[in-house]
Amino acid sequence: MKEIVVISGKGGTGKTSITASLAYLGGKDIVLADCDVDAADMHLLMQPDFGQAKDFYSGLIAEIRQDDCIQCGKCADICRFDAIPVIDGKYIVDPLSCEGCGYCPRVCPTDAIDMLDMNVGKWYVSTIKTGTTMVHAKLGIGADNSGKLVAHVKNEAKRIAEEEDKEIVLVDGSPGVGCPVVSSLSGAKFVVLVTEPTVSGLHDLKRVYELVDKFNIPAGCIINKADLNPQVSAEIESFLKQENIGHIASLPYDENFTAAMTQGKTIVEYDENNLNEILTQSWAKIKQIA
Amino acid sequence: MKIAIASGKGGTGKTTLSTNLAAYLAEKQEVVLVDLDVEEPNSGLFIKAELLREEEKYKMIPQWNPDTCILCGNCQEVCNFHAVLKLGEQIMVFPELCHSCYACSELCPTNSLPMVPQKMGELKHFNSGTLSFIESRLEIGQEQAVPLIRQTNKYVEECFSEQVIKLFDSPPGTSCPVIEATKDADFIILVTEPTPFGLHDLTLAVETMRELKKNFGVVINRHGIGNDEVEKYCSAENIPLLARIPNDRQIAELYSRGELLYKKIPGVKEQLDLLIHHIEGLESAGER
Ligand code: SF4
Ligand code: SF4
Ligand code: SF4
Ligand code: SF4
Repeated sequence: MKEIVVISGKGGTGKTSITASLAYLGGKDIVLADCDVDAADMHLLMQPDFGQAKDFYSGLIAEIRQDDCIQCGKCADICRFDAIPVIDGKYIVDPLSCEGCGYCPRVCPTDAIDMLDMNVGKWYVSTIKTGTTMVHAKLGIGADNSGKLVAHVKNEAKRIAEEEDKEIVLVDGSPGVGCPVVSSLSGAKFVVLVTEPTVSGLHDLKRVYELVDKFNIPAGCIINKADLNPQVSAEIESFLKQENIGHIASLPYDENFTAAMTQGKTIVEYDENNLNEILTQSWAKIKQIA
Repeated sequence: MKIAIASGKGGTGKTTLSTNLAAYLAEKQEVVLVDLDVEEPNSGLFIKAELLREEEKYKMIPQWNPDTCILCGNCQEVCNFHAVLKLGEQIMVFPELCHSCYACSELCPTNSLPMVPQKMGELKHFNSGTLSFIESRLEIGQEQAVPLIRQTNKYVEECFSEQVIKLFDSPPGTSCPVIEATKDADFIILVTEPTPFGLHDLTLAVETMRELKKNFGVVINRHGIGNDEVEKYCSAENIPLLARIPNDRQIAELYSRGELLYKKIPGVKEQLDLLIHHIEGLESAGER
């Protein structure tokens, strides 16, 4: 089983649309994992049935039992996150500020503080329109995307792929260069970098590649909207050469990306011409290299 | 006046709006633009200004003193993040896991884990006339954005007076970093695209803002593509639609070169005027 992860460093490069198209082309040979849990959009294109839904708990949160609290203020004094304000004379934990460090219960003279498991979101195992399985999630509001939910989604996808004897796990990776993308990348066999020829696109590509390079994972790149700025496109291409990253394909700036999305379709379902051809070739190439 | 510019996910034009709005406002008054997207700060690519100051930013982590430690193991027990481990006769600290809660340090019976600073990123302060620009960047490998966002906010608080308009380019998403970046703002501009992805991410961002009890409005970027579901959603939910930045290949091209839009595209300037009008309305309402 191979694990292929698609990442882009920044948003708006068309990563999810491209991943969805690859997933469509992969049909029943793949298991799909949407690890972009902050802004999980894949389900809008893949028609999942949300077959199984489960809560995900990660980390802790403090709660003060008012009946046992003697208002000594010790907890508020030691909390480094200003998470225990006094409201109407009562010490109350602000759930959005509490880091779950567990320090306050250790200083409370009356044992009035409980540490509770925190529900950070939901995760799903669904059957999608291609008949295969997708694992995806929804992060709760203000939850800490520590990468644990991402890791969980990915591991479930891997487990299912093994069980069902699927060749490939295709992962829509998280944005940024922090914890979640680290979780998306670990264990990957091949990384597809999606970028666009803008000054920020190139800048973010370099930054996220630093990370990929640290993991020592072979990578290939798809340049989306390549004709938007031929000069930056050329810069990207020379960066790819220099770092020995395969140039999988260049896609033109095309309003069909949005048009397909508006109909809830992947690009390869919607477009029968140029984009379809390039993406079909890209998928063949990726399967061959990975 | 503190205004945060946020979006449910990246790539919706948040940075484009922040930089154009900042530069345009600066034609008439003092403005500071703060890039709080510390994992991927991009605003600086669009703002031409001179570097005034550079500061290294630190987070506090415990440092073990083997001479006084009695190997009681209390530190390992109190750390909820598994950032301190007792391995045989040694105490090991894993800085990337540490949340700087001070529990291990302050609860050590022999004071053998004093907190010491460790570099987590860099803050840069630029200036060009009436426009100031602050950018913080997380070191690669540092995983927690929130402490750096907090310190950057503090820096801005100390450096600029109440009168200066402050624009905060927030990180994307709805998780901790966004909350940290928006929780002190007087008003939040949510940027979205008129597409199914845009609408879905907007609804998450709106839920977050309502949870935080924030005053907010929506700006549609790339107006003209997709469909009108975002507009329908906003009117059904009674959310003010502040501006519609047109979709235009020329805009995409200017953006790709790191250029500001409002100077070249009259349609953008008009929309910024609408947005500013709304903000000024808020300000005078606040004074009353
Ligand atoms: S658990 Fe930690 S962060 Fe939460 S309230 Fe207690 S001391 Fe503060
Ligand atoms: S330390 Fe315990 S008793 Fe004192 S204020 Fe906090 S919760 Fe109440
Ligand atoms: S709590 Fe202090 S004395 Fe005890 S093992 Fe840790 S460092 Fe050593
Ligand atoms: S300061 Fe808190 S998080 Fe850091 S090592 Fe000590 S107990 Fe753990």
